[in-house]
This record gives sequence, structure tokens and C-alpha cells, in this order.
Amino acid sequence: MTLARKGHWTTVVGLVLLGGVYVRAVVFTPVERLQGPAQKIFYLHVPAAVWTELAMVLVGVASVVFLFLKDPRLDRFAEASAEVGTVFAAIVLTTGPIWGKTVWGTWWAWDARLTSTLFLFFLYIGYLLLRGAVGDAGARARYAAVLGICGMALVPFIHLSVYLFRTLHPQPIILKPSAPSLPPSMLVTWLLSFAVFTVLYVGFVMQRYALGRAREEGDDG
Amino acid sequence: MLRAEGLRHAFGRVRALDDISFLLTPGQTLAIFGPNGAGKTTLLKVLAGLIRPQGGTTHVEGGRRAVGWIGDHAQLYGHLTVRENLLFWAALYDVPAPLRRARVDEGLRRQGLADRADEPVRALSRGLVQRAAIARALLHEPRVLLLDEPFTGLDLAAAGEFRRLLAQLAGAGRIVVLATHNVGEGVELATDIAFQQRGRFVSLAPRGARTAGAVVEEYRRAVAGG
Amino acid sequence: MGETLRHAWTLARKDLVLEFRTRTAILSAVVFTALVLMVFNFGRDPTAVAAIDLAPSILWVTFTFAAMLALNRAFQLELENQALEGLLVAPISRTSIYWGKLAANLVFVAVVEAVGLPLFVLFFNVPVAQVLGPLVGVIALATVGFVAVGTLFSAMLVRTRFAELMLPVLLLPFLIPPLMGAVQVTARLLAARPLSEVAGWLRLLAAYDVVFLTLATLLFPHTVEQ
Repeated sequence: MTLARKGHWTTVVGLVLLGGVYVRAVVFTPVERLQGPAQKIFYLHVPAAVWTELAMVLVGVASVVFLFLKDPRLDRFAEASAEVGTVFAAIVLTTGPIWGKTVWGTWWAWDARLTSTLFLFFLYIGYLLLRGAVGDAGARARYAAVLGICGMALVPFIHLSVYLFRTLHPQPIILKPSAPSLPPSMLVTWLLSFAVFTVLYVGFVMQRYALGRAREEGDDG
Repeated sequence: MLRAEGLRHAFGRVRALDDISFLLTPGQTLAIFGPNGAGKTTLLKVLAGLIRPQGGTTHVEGGRRAVGWIGDHAQLYGHLTVRENLLFWAALYDVPAPLRRARVDEGLRRQGLADRADEPVRALSRGLVQRAAIARALLHEPRVLLLDEPFTGLDLAAAGEFRRLLAQLAGAGRIVVLATHNVGEGVELATDIAFQQRGRFVSLAPRGARTAGAVVEEYRRAVAGG
Repeated sequence: MGETLRHAWTLARKDLVLEFRTRTAILSAVVFTALVLMVFNFGRDPTAVAAIDLAPSILWVTFTFAAMLALNRAFQLELENQALEGLLVAPISRTSIYWGKLAANLVFVAVVEAVGLPLFVLFFNVPVAQVLGPLVGVIALATVGFVAVGTLFSAMLVRTRFAELMLPVLLLPFLIPPLMGAVQVTARLLAARPLSEVAGWLRLLAAYDVVFLTLATLLFPHTVEQ
């Protein structure tokens, strides 16, 4: 089976599982007392947000190794990861305001966490624009790696500035080991949805990677 | 001594260097002829340490400090005077500070630029800029000279003068590598002649008694295929 | 190390001589800064928002834009006559090229800020006399971060299409965290609050400088390699 087909099927499996998770979320998981049904969007929103960030970190890690090994596969992976990260950022930036409108009564509250996803979104866009602007393949890979590494290094600074710039956003409640304030059923649903997003990330990246490789072969041959 | 061993480099699928090896000792001048895109400039850039080749090794006795580079661009700043430019490059090449002025003045004099030394480079003609570029490349008394299309933009008189200068430099125990697409140009200076095509040396041999005409003829047969 | 610093200084001095000789860039940047300050004055409703409330934002948005404008030209100087190639062939470390450019850019931006700050005080009637020292300190802290990243990116972008547009698009996401910090600290300073209230932001600014100076120094060679 080709990589593209494997990626395709992984994605299909991911989407089916996502449907399953939503059945569980809507039917079997309690409705949050204060936020009501709008809270259900979190099973989409939060894992997408986590993967938006993980994808940037993976771009950075692949870039570091690329600069040492100069293996074009790493560059192709970084590109694929960046594009998938862009899509996930777009999901976060769409679902966030829908939730915000219901719970806060406003679409966009310049809430710091959404804002930091917006940062990442622009970072991704810049990364992809840079790739588009450099004609020579070798230079493109090197420049993209430099930007990818800087992007990864920026993530903690985004977090730190967000933390210092407190806002309306609900404080993160999932990864608070001392006192898990999420009811177990919600936590399980959330963990499931996170696993599903991992599958989706892998599926998307595989397909994008295969496309990138096909494109390079098309260019050269 | 200048040695290249098994040099390989590609830009995407385009082969710029394909298994190039040679050894030059002081006093030798290698002229490389080849069509545009044959990889001549890449080869010079590899020798100068500007490109790290994907395969193979180079060795220049004395390292980057021993290399002088004259490309088809002068590598001078238009808004600085000729003297300021030379002083700047002399400092980067670690010419000791007390010697710098004298060295720069001497270079200016040799290139006949002494009376234009305090004019900004952009006010000079192409020929004078090229002379300034030569002065720049010789400031640190390099033992290896790499010349990439050095005759571009020179008029007949300037080219003739430049040829005489090159003959002098090559005679003084230097290693000179000269690359040009203009086959036959500088043949009389060369001790060795190479034809490069699609990254390969299709021939590399001492010049012997060949004249420019004979070299052009041979090039036609070897590279252009008749 | 000493050698690297010496070469960096030679390069920076050359850049500054060029800059202050042509003057176009520095004058444009200064005028631009004054104009942005003016735009801010008229871009608000004076009956609704007092200038002093907006002052920290005005100062930092202005400085951010001015810095970006300044950074664009840093490597453009080296494109003339392919001087960058000359620098790369010269026996100097890549690090010294980055540090030289960084130093020249810092001086350039500092000059713009040195003109911008008094204008800002004048236009918006901001009481800075009491806090001038710490204010200059925070400006320096944030500027180093801005310029460290900006110098790296401009090296990368100089040979790409639409460099003038790409630089702000790539750079702004990187400038926003230090910008946030600088605005917070400036606001506290102007309100005569103790700096301990913004210790976190100061640490963020310092960490940003350290991280990106180190990273840019390590990554720079990859932006000029061929």
C-alpha cells in the first residue's frame, strides 16, 4: 500500500472514531452545569489546540535534526506537519469563538489562549509563505528549518506572556495533577478525543508527506 | 598546493560537480572551459569554501586565508572610496594594522589607481572597478587565485592589461584557477586545460604546445560534439 | 573569540560608515518614526482617550515598526557587487558576520529610538524625567531581542521575492511577546509603580534576549550557506 493510501485510511479511521467520540460526548457524558451543551465543543477544541502546538514543536524538532543530517525527508515532514498544524489552528480558531459566543456572550474576547493559537496560526502562515517564496529547494529547506526552530523556541514565550497577561479564559483544568477537577467521565471522553486527534494528525501528515514527495518528483523528473 | 578529490555536488537533480579530481602545485595555472551551467562557478565556490560539497574533499594549503577570489562582481561597496574598501577587506584578511595602509597604497599604485583612491567606487568605470577588485583580491598576497569569468565587462585594452598581470602573478609561484565560458580566452596563460560539461571534466591535460585555436577546435569536438 | 569580535567590529563600523554616508535610510527611519507618532495622535478620539493612557502602546508600536523598517536594509548593503560572497570567502567566522550586522542594526535602531523618545515625550506630554534610566533600560532590553531575531530573518529573506513584505509577516509574531512585556513595564514606569510588579515581564524580556541571541548565532550560518 502506498503512503498516500495508508494516510487516507488512517484519516478515515480517525474521522469515524471522532464520530464515535461525539456520540459518547453527547449521549453518555454529563452536561456541564454552568456552560451547558456548548461545553461539548471542547472535545474538538482542546485536542485540536494541543495538536496545533505539538505540530509546531515537531516542526522544530524535525528542523533541528534536518540541519544536522540534511535529509530531505525531515524537511518534507516539517512541511507536512506545518500544514496540518495550520488546519488544526483553524479548527481551534473557529470552535473557540462559537463557544465564546455562547458562554461569554462575545465572539472574540482577545482571550489569551485563543490569541496564542492565533499567534501560532500566523507563525504557520509565515512558515508556509516563506517556503513559497524561496525558489531553490536547498535554500528553501534550510530557511524553513531556521524559521521552524525559532518558532518552536517561541512557543514557551507565547505561553509565558499569555500567563502573565491574565484574561477571561477558563484556567486550564485538564492537566492539573494535584486536584483533577474534571469529572472522570468527561476526562475519559476528553482523552479519547485527544487520541482520535492524534490519529487524525498522523493520517493528515502521511497524506501531505506523500503529496510533497510526489510534487518533488514531478518537479525534477 | 591545491587538491580536489572526487568532488560531487548537485542542485536538485542538476549535477554541478560530478567526480572532479585534480592536483595543482605552485606555478600551475588551470584554465577551465565549459558552457554556461557546466558547474564551473560551483567548482570555484567549492574551492573557495563558499559551498560545502555534497561529496569529496578539497585541500588548499594555507586554508581560506591563502585564497584570493575574483568573480564577475567586484565585491566592493559603491558608497565607500576605493581606499576605504581596500582597508576594510585588508582588516578582514588580518593584514596587520601597521602594514595595512602601506599594503593598500602599494596595491593601488600597482593597479594604477593611486590618483583615484579617494573616489567612491560607484563613480569609477567598469574597467577601473575591475582593477580595484584585483587589488582587493591581492591585498593579503594569496597563494591561490580563483578567477570566475574575470574578463567579463573589460574592454580590449583592459583585458590585455589584465592578461599581462595574470601572467606575472602566475609566474610568481602562485596557483591560478581560471574559469570561463569563452573558450580560448587566457589559453596562453594556462599550464593546464580542462573542459567541463554537466559537472564532469571531459578532459584535463597539460596545455603543451597547443595554441588557442587548437584548443577551441578540440573543445568543439569534445564538448559540443562536432 | 577575540578575533570574532574584532571582525564583527570591522564589519559593523563599515556598515555604519556606509549608513551615515548615504543617510537616506536613517533619515527615512527617523521621519517615519515621527510620522507614526503623529498618526497615533490623530488616530484617537481626544475626548474619549487621554494620550497618556495610550502612551506605552504608542511608544512600542512605533518602535516596533521603526525597527522592522530598519532591519530590511541590513543585508541589502551586502548585495551590492555581491559583497556578501566576498565576506563568506574571507577567513572570518560566520558568527562574526552575524554579530557585526547585529551591532550595526542595534546602533541604527538606537539612533532612531533616541530621536523617537524625545518626540514621544514632547507630543504626548509624558512625564519621563523620574524614570528615564529604567525606561532606557527596558527599551534596550526589548530592542536587543527585536534586533537579534530581525537580523537573522533579514539575512534569510534578502534574496527572496517580496523581502520587504515577508519580513514583517515573519517577524511580528516573534515581536509580540517582547512587545507585550515592554508595554507592561513601560506602563508601570510611567504610572510610577514599583518595578517589582512586573518582575515576571522583566524576566521574560531577559530570557527572550538570551534565547534568541544564542539561537540566532547558532542558526545564522545556515542562512548564508550555499
